[in-house]
Amino acid sequence: MKLSTKHLLGIKDLNREDIQLILSTAEQFKEVLQRPVKKVPSLRDITIVNLFYENSTRTRMSFELAERRLSADVLNFALSSSSSAKGETLLDTVNNILSMKVDMVVMRHSASGAPHFLAKHIPAAIVNAGDGINEHPTQALLDAFSMREKLGKLEGLKVAIIGDIMHSRVALSNMYLLRKMGAEVVVAGPPTLIPKYIGEALGVRVEYNLKKALQWCDVANVLRIQLERQNQPLFSSLREYNLAYGIKRKLLESLGKEIVIMHPGPINRGVELDSDVADGPYSIILNQVENGVAVRMAVLYLLANRES
Amino acid sequence: MKTILSEQQLALTVKRLAHQILENNLSLTNTVVIGLQPRGVWLSDRIVKELTQMVDPSVIQYGKLDITFYRDDVRKSLHIATATDIPFSIENKKVVLIDDVLYTGRTIRAALDALLAFGRPSKVSLCVLVDRRFNRELPIQPDYSGKTIDTIISQKVKVNWKERDGSEEVILLDS
Repeated sequence: MKLSTKHLLGIKDLNREDIQLILSTAEQFKEVLQRPVKKVPSLRDITIVNLFYENSTRTRMSFELAERRLSADVLNFALSSSSSAKGETLLDTVNNILSMKVDMVVMRHSASGAPHFLAKHIPAAIVNAGDGINEHPTQALLDAFSMREKLGKLEGLKVAIIGDIMHSRVALSNMYLLRKMGAEVVVAGPPTLIPKYIGEALGVRVEYNLKKALQWCDVANVLRIQLERQNQPLFSSLREYNLAYGIKRKLLESLGKEIVIMHPGPINRGVELDSDVADGPYSIILNQVENGVAVRMAVLYLLANRES
Repeated sequence: MKTILSEQQLALTVKRLAHQILENNLSLTNTVVIGLQPRGVWLSDRIVKELTQMVDPSVIQYGKLDITFYRDDVRKSLHIATATDIPFSIENKKVVLIDDVLYTGRTIRAALDALLAFGRPSKVSLCVLVDRRFNRELPIQPDYSGKTIDTIISQKVKVNWKERDGSEEVILLDS
């Protein structure tokens, strides 16, 4: 048994068996992370470079920790301190790095499709750590892992994805994954932040009323408002967004049922999520972060093997 | 195809191994039993079942160890992990590792590495059902052995368990 792809560019390219294999392997790595010695020698002769052309705290640290827990050699690249500032192209940068005998590339880039471009031109295995407004596959995998861990299944689960659907790669990867695994998905948010034909294209339902979406769902995955990707105003103010679409404790208590609250981070407290919800009993936000390391270990482990 | 152990012989061998383990670790209070996933666990389940009939079952500490992430051939082939479950400390304990067939010794090498991630045992011993003694690639020998056999590399030893394979025996396959 192995993955059907040589890279992890997006959930779009994975099939059900791939997703199941990654999640079950991640379960084993989660157990590894509970041991007194939380490190295994699996990738001790593999070198991995983390190419982050865009800022990141969680994802970069999570990947680096996953790589170190697998005993891989790790190289880090950050845009601010690199030669890209001197005008070197992406392909030149990567080819130079690869000539130092690197086996895998973990990449985040602000341009959608950047890792796909790279995959066509270089021999190393590529893991997409977020590309523009396209996909963030490891986030969707760790979200799915966390949902399955908390609620026992994905099949038939009702998941509401709430907020800036238009600019969120987390939303797109989550929609692909949840639909492939047989979950039902509702996207909710202001009409200006939801692409027009998303329902037909991805097999999800669109809901503009937050309370209705919450009443329907088992899990609410709340997204960050991505002001850095909005080059024109799409809602009048953050305060107004919070009043109409922010998740508040009172609102949750009025539902008459318990739902699980997730957020991929970083949270804009008081915008999409109030503090008493983010830190409250329904939130599994920190479990998501914990599970991220195990899920990324699984992805790297399964892609490191390049026989065939 | 040749039968190495018949159903009756297999049952007797499992009993003997359990007795030998008990002989060397009388009360079992300071000893833990760890079966290697996935195949060794079928044997360790049986041995533990025998042990529970001879000592107070509450003193038996029984775990399962998967060694996939400790293998030395990650680049050559992909292996899928199964669950590890060691719900106790092995610090200063005597560990009895159990696997079904001892062949090159590489699995046991990996198991010793994996075991150390859980603590520092005072002693580790090895119990196997079948020892293919002339095929070792590492200096590893069993302390308890059900049956020692001489084989060549092209032959395969297969251990069948009733619950999984329908019959219960150990056979040698020529290919």
